[in-house]
Amino acid sequence: MTTQESAVAVELITVVIDGFEVSVPKGTLVIRAAEKLGIQIPRFCDHPLLDPVGACRQCLVDIEINGRAFPKPQASCTIPVEPNMIVKTQLTSPVADKAQKGVMELLLGNHPLDCPVCDKGGECPLQNQAMSNGNPTARLGGVKRIFEKPINISSQVLLDRERCVLCARCTRFSEQIASDPFITLNERGALQQVGIYENDPFKSYFSGNTIQICPVGALTGASYRFRARPFDLVSTPSACEHCASGCDMRTDVRRGKTLRRLAGDDPAVNEEWNCDKGRWAFKYITSQNRLTQPLVRNAEGELVPASWPEALAAAAAGLVGKRAGVIVGGRPTVEDAYGYAKFARIALNTNDIDFRTRVTSDEEANFLASTVVGSAVHYRDIDVADHVLLVAFEPEEESPIVFLRLNKNFKKRALAVTSVATKGSIAMDKLKAKFIKVAPGNEAQALAAISLTAKSVILVGERASESAGLLSAARTLAEKTGAKIAWIPRRAGERGALEAGAFSQLLPGGRPVSDSAARVDIAAAWGVSTVPSLPGRSVRAMIDAVHSNDLDALVVGGVDLADMPQSAQAKEAFKKAFVVSLEIAHSSVTELADVVLPVAAVTEKYGSYINWEGRPRAFAAAVADSLNRSDVRILSVLADAMGQSIMLGTVTAAAREFAQLGKWEGARASHVAVQPGTPVSVSGDQAIITSWRRLLDEGSLQIGEDNLAGTRRPTLAVISPSRAQKIGVATGDHLRISNAQGSITLPALVEEIHDDAVWLPRNSIGSNPLQTLEAVHGELVTVVKA
Amino acid sequence: MSSVDPTLNQEVMNSIVARYPRKRSAIMPLLHYVQSVAGYVTNSGIENIAEMLEIATAEVSAVATFYTQYKFNPIGEYHVGVCTNTLCAVMGGDAIFSALKEHLGIENDGVTADGKVSLEHIECNAACDYAPVVMANWEFYDNQTVESAKSLVDGARAGNPPAPTRGPNRLVTYKEASAVLAGLNDGLAGEGVQAGSATLLGLNLARKMEGK
Amino acid sequence: MATLTPILSAHWDEKDSFTLEGYKRHGGYKAAEKALAMDPDAVIQMIKDSGLRGRGGAGFPTGMKWGFIPQGDNKDHYLVVNADESEPGTCKDTPLLMANPHVLIEGCIIACHAIRAKQAFIYIRGEVTHVVRRVNQAITDAYAAGLLGKGVDVVLHIGAGAYICGEETALLDSLEGFRGQPRLRPPFPAIAGLYAKPTVVNNVESIASVPAIIANGAEWYQSMGTEKSKGATLYSLSGHVNNPGQFEAPLGITLREILEIAGGVRTGHKLKFWTPGGSSTPLFTDAHLDIPLDYEGVSAAGSMLGTKALQIFDETTCVVRAVLRWTEFYKHESCGKCTPCREGTWWLVQILRDLEAGVGTEADLEKLLDLCDNIMGRSFCALGDGATSPITSSIKYFRDEYIAHLTQGGCPFDPVQSTLFVGASK
Repeated sequence: MTTQESAVAVELITVVIDGFEVSVPKGTLVIRAAEKLGIQIPRFCDHPLLDPVGACRQCLVDIEINGRAFPKPQASCTIPVEPNMIVKTQLTSPVADKAQKGVMELLLGNHPLDCPVCDKGGECPLQNQAMSNGNPTARLGGVKRIFEKPINISSQVLLDRERCVLCARCTRFSEQIASDPFITLNERGALQQVGIYENDPFKSYFSGNTIQICPVGALTGASYRFRARPFDLVSTPSACEHCASGCDMRTDVRRGKTLRRLAGDDPAVNEEWNCDKGRWAFKYITSQNRLTQPLVRNAEGELVPASWPEALAAAAAGLVGKRAGVIVGGRPTVEDAYGYAKFARIALNTNDIDFRTRVTSDEEANFLASTVVGSAVHYRDIDVADHVLLVAFEPEEESPIVFLRLNKNFKKRALAVTSVATKGSIAMDKLKAKFIKVAPGNEAQALAAISLTAKSVILVGERASESAGLLSAARTLAEKTGAKIAWIPRRAGERGALEAGAFSQLLPGGRPVSDSAARVDIAAAWGVSTVPSLPGRSVRAMIDAVHSNDLDALVVGGVDLADMPQSAQAKEAFKKAFVVSLEIAHSSVTELADVVLPVAAVTEKYGSYINWEGRPRAFAAAVADSLNRSDVRILSVLADAMGQSIMLGTVTAAAREFAQLGKWEGARASHVAVQPGTPVSVSGDQAIITSWRRLLDEGSLQIGEDNLAGTRRPTLAVISPSRAQKIGVATGDHLRISNAQGSITLPALVEEIHDDAVWLPRNSIGSNPLQTLEAVHGELVTVVKA
Repeated sequence: MSSVDPTLNQEVMNSIVARYPRKRSAIMPLLHYVQSVAGYVTNSGIENIAEMLEIATAEVSAVATFYTQYKFNPIGEYHVGVCTNTLCAVMGGDAIFSALKEHLGIENDGVTADGKVSLEHIECNAACDYAPVVMANWEFYDNQTVESAKSLVDGARAGNPPAPTRGPNRLVTYKEASAVLAGLNDGLAGEGVQAGSATLLGLNLARKMEGK
Repeated sequence: MATLTPILSAHWDEKDSFTLEGYKRHGGYKAAEKALAMDPDAVIQMIKDSGLRGRGGAGFPTGMKWGFIPQGDNKDHYLVVNADESEPGTCKDTPLLMANPHVLIEGCIIACHAIRAKQAFIYIRGEVTHVVRRVNQAITDAYAAGLLGKGVDVVLHIGAGAYICGEETALLDSLEGFRGQPRLRPPFPAIAGLYAKPTVVNNVESIASVPAIIANGAEWYQSMGTEKSKGATLYSLSGHVNNPGQFEAPLGITLREILEIAGGVRTGHKLKFWTPGGSSTPLFTDAHLDIPLDYEGVSAAGSMLGTKALQIFDETTCVVRAVLRWTEFYKHESCGKCTPCREGTWWLVQILRDLEAGVGTEADLEKLLDLCDNIMGRSFCALGDGATSPITSSIKYFRDEYIAHLTQGGCPFDPVQSTLFVGASK
């Protein structure tokens, strides 16, 4: 609870329901006031996060106010409590009871008797409430409504129309929450049905939520359909590993195999929603060639299976006494990141550790150490903000639940959103965001002119590191106006890695490496005499150091070469250095490594993430009895093998130790402002490239889920109308984007973008500018009609 | 992506949109307009409307399928509706409807092979004092009999349908009528009677009573 | 002796009654001139004093409805005229608009002035091409004459086939470009109607009645009618009568009186059942001939005045067939939003089809009545209620006829006998 919440005085209203008094905040609906008393009024269309609609009529109750009774039963999901209100539910009113049974009979009348083959069977609100609030026998014996079944409304979602009770939760979600009104109610009367427009499938990043809130089995997921019965599943609360939004989730496993994941209910974070990537992208864990045992490169240079003692000994031999660094990908749990942080300082005696295997800058490193670590800006701050400024951040693609929260506030209270960007976007259209259009690289200058207040929030994306001076400008703007500033990385592990000290400039808990008191603090806690004081290197600097023979070895955890800028040099460095790779599956790094140590995937281990807010997101192992172990445990035994114990034998031990360290209360690293770069000028066919990753793309955690891939947004290169005219290109024609490194040819989309720029997706089919062009933002490329 | 249907006059469509304080309100007249051009609601029409109103195509099709006057397949040049709501049905509408089905060799919602006439049983058309009522392209044919209805459709198939009872001097085509329903003025408002005899019955009787 | 009082219909027999010239010949637009010189609140008061009540069926006092519009709220206000006349049996607004669209436009000008609206919308059903032409031309002519466009704009909106759009909030959703399904109330249209702005939704006849009230005064108007149902109105007589048509008379006239004036039930036949105000109003029989046809009188007798659509059926008509057909109508026109109406009408039709075919038992009648009990008052809007009215009222008065279908294994009536052209078509 934040202070704002507790500060608001809530007016309570007392009503009597079935003879019991209950006091609830003004505006509470009768159906929810009843819930507070434990009185369950049956319902279908009602959903606490959707606007009341009163359509299904299942929740009818008798109501009187000030002694005056309504002449007929009222839908308790649409009526707010009032003083002197007396409510009689089905428990005390025969009229309400008959009304409810009557509605239930009508809902069941046209419902197929296919519960035995329906995915919802066993967890079905219609089934359950028919038992609790329906007639025991049926008397409607006529011709039932029949539809063709099922129909695919997207590659992910199937619709069995005859099961539908037309509660419109799905269509209301799509319109009210996601602003993707691609499914609608069509036709009317008894033939009314949910549907899409025939040429446009339900391609929403949030479509899976409609399946979850469907109170019957009308909407089912292609990936889960006919896979399990609910009573076969073991459910485990979990946290999403895909992005920094921090969704609460539930993972359902049957006999050791994850079959589905659902959005969890956390009002402070994701409410009851998640995105389709979080819901469906989990097959990467099982569909790839998982590592099952350690590998060691033998004398012939081949990677061969080895026992754990052999592998640990080989790894220790390669690391002891060497100048070694640690590269952690953006996805470690906090506990694993803490393990890497402690391992680097104690076992390798170095601050050469970084989690940023992407395009970064020293400015960013300083920004993280001076501004982000230890900070706390919350979703709740968006709820009360007067204005949200998006900087190098495309929320729907890069942190979808942040988008949903922005959208909620836009829909409910017309929250003002401004985006400093090069290209417009679907999300900006949905949010009716003010679009400050700048050429790539010129963002910092644009920030200076924006006026905010102390009630404003600045959301800075990780791509801000790609524009010199932008992070500094964002910080300056926040300082000048008092606005809150938050940094939203894409990956789930980055913020936690920062807090846990898997970072060259910070020890765990945000303790600056450069601060001797902080070092003493940590050394004391760890029971060592000192921790290294020499400033550490970034990923980029470690790669360079390998090439310049200043670094001998690397411990690499969860890194994909394809994410790394100048990956050819990184690849060469990995070949050259002694590399210990901790991975779940064979990868571009494991094939270069000298020792490969298999680790647990997220569903197989305990741990926690820290989301963009700085909020811990703990989760339990969903797959019991996995042989795989979390990175921290393996690092601990490796440290033992090296004779430099870090004493982190379990995730729990790591979590406890990290918690006990607490946050650094001393001074943060000081902020060093960086000036904006000089604007790049373009001429002729030149354009300045910009790009971002789409939510659904070629990302390695989406491997194996073809249904999800079917709802990707199309891969297109975007140029402005004036550029299109200049080079004679129309939407649908092809563009070639090239530089000295290579070229990419894509269909063109002519729309709102800065005239000097070209946009393309960063990691989609046929479009990987990082690898092909070694350029993602701000660099000159040539754009011609292909 | 542009979804402009080249057969649709964008200026006319924009003028329809301009009638309203908010664009989306124009969806129904725009659908009537698409029918006036294509004879029914085409997919390209739906897509054009969605783009023009800046809404999703699904939102357009959701609206289009709600209203029974929007057709999704080509229908006759003369669309004949026989009222079979209770009063008209009892007074002869049922007999007329079944006679027309047999006469034309088509079922409800069917179209004759020549594309001239389509048939539909319709609900109350607010002309109960002229029952049984038949509508052709939503023009009134009052006090119908099986014979008069047959000669209506025969005339329609021959290209010379009789004039409506209360309507312009000639029966316009379905597309032409749809343009009227899109709010476009065809200049025919002045044609035809101001009122039928049943409409005037009370007035005439009142005059008589006054005269007494 | 009951009298007829042609007011709205006074000049319909003139060939050019629908033109601006024809309308102005009898003082058309003078009332608007008078009203525009009045304080808006005085106009509202005058309509209140006149006792005018909504002629669309519900009978809500028109002046009071206008008075609900918040004033000085710096919001746009709208007047929306409901010309979506679709209730079975109802056929008054359509001939009115064909014969004299200008009286509606004049009413709009006055009403907009009263409620401080700058814009009115006329939502007319789409199945009446020629009426659309007449109204559209009248609007064009009124603009050309400077009657519109100087403070009040009128937009014609044409429906596309949906009975439910006669329900005022469904109409508003339809006018906003959505599926025409009813909205939750509150908020009521007076607070958040069209585009969420304060809105008055009135029936055609209600607004068309306004100019005469302004011209002749509230006292004149309330001198007609009964104690709580003031003024005159259009009664639409249809069905098995010798002379169907529109009869404008003071509220409170009885069906017996109208039939006397009009020439009675079809010669050689006798009245069996009738609707006082469209198919959604419970049926009456010959026992109700002397019920005063005003809001209170009809209500006291267990039905509703509704739209004063007097559909007359003689003894040749099978009530089960009649009710089945109406029920099929409600099924066809159910918007689909709420369960009782959408699903209920689906089953009502099936049970009634069986009953008409003589299939079933008397227990099915009880099932039918129980289903009606589960629909009536349980639906989102009045459409579901309306669907049950013909069923429950017909079983109340004609249970034996239902049972006769079962005992005879089919319908005992010859449908030819009830047609208009019985004998002629042979």
